[in-house]
Amino acid sequence: MEREVYLDNAAATPVRKEVLEAMLPYFDKYYANPSTMYKPGLEVKKVLDEQRAKVADLIGASPEEIVFTSSGAEANNLAVKGIPFAHRKKGNHIIISAIEHHSVLNSARFFERLDYEVTFLQVDEFGFVNPRRVEELIRQETVLVSIMHANNEIGTIQPIQEIAEVCKSKGVFFHTDAVATVGNIPVDVNELGVDLLSISGIPLGAPKGTGALYFRKGTRIMPLIHGGIQESGRRAGTENVPGIVGLGKAAELAKQDVEEWSNKVKALRDRLIYGVLERIERTRITGHPEKRLPAHASFCVEAIEGEALIYMLSSQGIYANTGSACASKALKTSPVLVAIGVPPDIAQGSVVFTLGRSNSMEDVDYVLEKLPHVVERLRAMSPLWKQEAA
Amino acid sequence: MYSDKVMEHFSSPKNVGVIEDADGIGEVGNPVCGDMMTFYIKVKDGKIEDIKYKTFGCVAAIAVSSKVSEMAKGMTLEEAKSLSKKAVAEELGGLPKEKMHCSNLGAEALAKAIQDYEEKKLGKPPAPEKEELHEHPCCCTHCGVENPETAKFCMECGERLD
Repeated sequence: MEREVYLDNAAATPVRKEVLEAMLPYFDKYYANPSTMYKPGLEVKKVLDEQRAKVADLIGASPEEIVFTSSGAEANNLAVKGIPFAHRKKGNHIIISAIEHHSVLNSARFFERLDYEVTFLQVDEFGFVNPRRVEELIRQETVLVSIMHANNEIGTIQPIQEIAEVCKSKGVFFHTDAVATVGNIPVDVNELGVDLLSISGIPLGAPKGTGALYFRKGTRIMPLIHGGIQESGRRAGTENVPGIVGLGKAAELAKQDVEEWSNKVKALRDRLIYGVLERIERTRITGHPEKRLPAHASFCVEAIEGEALIYMLSSQGIYANTGSACASKALKTSPVLVAIGVPPDIAQGSVVFTLGRSNSMEDVDYVLEKLPHVVERLRAMSPLWKQEAA
Repeated sequence: MYSDKVMEHFSSPKNVGVIEDADGIGEVGNPVCGDMMTFYIKVKDGKIEDIKYKTFGCVAAIAVSSKVSEMAKGMTLEEAKSLSKKAVAEELGGLPKEKMHCSNLGAEALAKAIQDYEEKKLGKPPAPEKEELHEHPCCCTHCGVENPETAKFCMECGERLD
């Protein structure tokens, strides 16, 4: 292979060097359980508190407003299940958007079986939620609104501030899944005005199996993992100390460089987006062209199928993702692409590139060189391409 | 996920193309499902002399098309008609479970092309449309997990089973 270009940074990232270094002593040197009373335990407890402060600092929160979790998915579960469970007396209505991550979507669906009512809010062609619509849908029994900050498949960044204002004025808890944004753009919980916010370690260059939930001081939440009183009783289980140290270090680094990186990677993204649109006919961008994640480029290429495209790109050393039905194992058209009105046959040609810190302009140029050939090869094989060209 | 044989056929598919003066054409699938195949055959002395196809679909769909074209070339029509999905999958060193039904359409497309040939060239009356076997979606379309026939929601992920 001439080159290897990894462009699936939404799925996994390399752990940042400084992060890995920070973690290592916590596997074998500082291994004591932070819930213990003796010196080594107390030392580890102190380190845990420092990490909590770093994660809080990244998003403008206070340390006591952070619960460490095992992933972004767990943070979403804790918010979307923990709030309705704790506030059952208030009501049994939940509002989420139709394009939420499965960890939010399926948590909400779980409540449908518990006699809660869930409203799936539709989005426009770019994937935007209309804050006015949220206002109309909130009722007396609504306990939670959960709208993701940015969508992982189409990259669109939601008007979270406006939605938060609506929820605040109506006295309803508002959660945002910020897994795709924290680490990619500056995020501040007070600017956004959210009550709960989910974080994953992955976009930050922290290891897999790390995450956190921010919840505004005074927010009552039901734990999902019962047991000891770790995380102030909000999540039992001995803490993943090395992972948390990694998340803390990654948060500290992101605080310093996320804005700079965000601006830098945008140039790569735009070169990729406009390069693809220019070189490959009958290809559309999915999501909003500007109000999108700085490292996210997503397309639908007509007359070909995404899984075949991903495998063929892989043989060229380009590693990307797709929302194609065939690739999903579920064999179902991506609900996100359906929600933004992409016809199901065109949604099959979905391809998603997410840039990371290791990517360069040369990487983008390599994709721009190879992708048109791969598309051409698949189109030459496709009965749809012939039919439509005729 | 895929066998080496599947990847081989996907990477260098055999017999791709169109036969302009085909004796029979068979089309199955549709783009909304994600898989669509059109097979073209040339028949001589009761045998498949030449075979080509165009395929829109995933890795499995492309590999299946290639394998079917390879297997069918030189077969008598009767032999080709009895080509089964299972035989094709076996020749490919197996297919992932969730790809067995929707991507393994090659044998079906070939059978349709033969039927088309028999109707056109031999004046055989069109075969009665087969009742489509409608299976209960006991496999969740979201996560692929099998559920009891009566299940309304997937036990694994909570997806509604229509």
